Amino acid sequence: MSNGTHQVVERSAKRMTFWEKLYLPEIAKGLTLTFKQMLKPSQTRQYPEEKFHPEASYRGRPVLVQEESGERCVACGLCSRVCPAIAIEVQAAETEREKERYPEKFEINMLRCIYCGYCEEACPEEAIVMSRDYELVFDNVEEAIFGKEKLLVPVSELRERLEYLRQYKG
Amino acid sequence: MDQTWVDWLILAIKIFVVLHIFLIGAAYVVLLERKVSAWIQDRVGPNRVGWGGSLQSFADVLKLVLKEDIVPKRANPRFHFIAPLITISIAIAVWALVPFAAPFTIGDLTINPTIAPDLNVGLLLLLALGSVGVYGIALAGWASNSKYSLLGGLRASAQMVSYELSMGLSLIGLILIMGSTDISTMVAAQGEYWDLGFLTIPKWNVFMQPLGFLIFLVAAFAETNRAPFDLAEAEPELVGGFHTEYTGLKFGLFFLGEYGNVILMSAIMATLFFGGYNLPWIQDIGFFQENAIALALLQFGTLLFKTLLFVFFFIWVRWSVPRFRYDQLMNLGWKVMFPLALGNTVATAIVIAMIKGME
Repeated sequence: MSNGTHQVVERSAKRMTFWEKLYLPEIAKGLTLTFKQMLKPSQTRQYPEEKFHPEASYRGRPVLVQEESGERCVACGLCSRVCPAIAIEVQAAETEREKERYPEKFEINMLRCIYCGYCEEACPEEAIVMSRDYELVFDNVEEAIFGKEKLLVPVSELRERLEYLRQYKG
Repeated sequence: MDQTWVDWLILAIKIFVVLHIFLIGAAYVVLLERKVSAWIQDRVGPNRVGWGGSLQSFADVLKLVLKEDIVPKRANPRFHFIAPLITISIAIAVWALVPFAAPFTIGDLTINPTIAPDLNVGLLLLLALGSVGVYGIALAGWASNSKYSLLGGLRASAQMVSYELSMGLSLIGLILIMGSTDISTMVAAQGEYWDLGFLTIPKWNVFMQPLGFLIFLVAAFAETNRAPFDLAEAEPELVGGFHTEYTGLKFGLFFLGEYGNVILMSAIMATLFFGGYNLPWIQDIGFFQENAIALALLQFGTLLFKTLLFVFFFIWVRWSVPRFRYDQLMNLGWKVMFPLALGNTVATAIVIAMIKGME
């Protein structure tokens, strides 16, 4: 059958039976199937009323972790550097506290963000993490640039994500 | 009041009722189509406008009315305008032939719920009007001056002409049995029963002409340009087919025409093959025999119910059976349906001749 270089694939010469050629019985089969399907419950989620609650592994909008003492971020700028969409802008400043550096300005342009999670991966302080928030609506471009006031989220709300990261990251 | 005035008034009421059944019915068949397709695909379907989506169709119509009416620059504006009107007029006009209930008498006034009652060429007129329906689609395709529209229009014409033949032939068996082309007579005859001693069977034509009914059913799908024969508007290859270049209310008329035709074909199938307005056994109960109005309402409801079942069948098939290829369509039409319809006619004629001979 084969001479080494190419194989001959034998087509199964399956002929249609007379019953199948009649066509109508097969249509009846199809109709029965769709009728059964009609009686099954729908798979639709009634979205705005019935929200989708993602798992901890979900990559929603990136947020900054806020402790009681302030943000974790030390404004090293790695996230900004790694961001493939160039969406993050960080400006560092210094304080008299033990942890000297903090971001004076931390902006993520949510129109640019592609939710890749590289910022989270790059962050040495676990200061920027992906949240579960997927509902992002803006009326204009200014509104889409999230400053610190929108990015800072209390650590208590991000517990599950941080645990997930410790378990699976690197 | 003068007798002629009463006649005119009754006619006006009949037309009003039938027109609104057509328009509102078509709107709700659109909704039903969307709901059934959703159920088959495990979805919910429209459920936001009104209770459970019940006003969705009216929202759609409002949207269509508000849309800009665009006529392509190089289209033929006159024919472009006339085409949807032809489609919709034909779809409405044929309703004049459908008997909604048996004639009944109130006091000394006899009312026949058919708009054009006792028309002795009813069945012929029905087929003739159906043929004119091709014009709407062919004209729309041609007048739009677009390759997709033209292809859709041509496909539709070829398809409808091919299947009209089988459709007409499938009804000849009925005419032979009934000895009449008057639709009212045909329906009235179906109100009788065969007495087999232990049970009675209504004398519906489908029991005498099962093959004729099957051919008519398939041809009806082709005539209404519904799936699996919707090659005239096959979206993947022709954008929208003959109505590609139509917007706003003109598109709405085609849309309405399609669903109107579905209801119409359903009503015709119910009338010609499934006893029409006759509800066997129940309509013979004394109560209905004594109350003429109750009987008329019962018969009217019966016809609507039978029509609805067929409409459901149309929709059900659309979401189950894939579209034919064009050569398959023509093969089926000319090599299967046509010989079958001819054979059915000849066989019916022979059987009738033999029965006549025995008598």
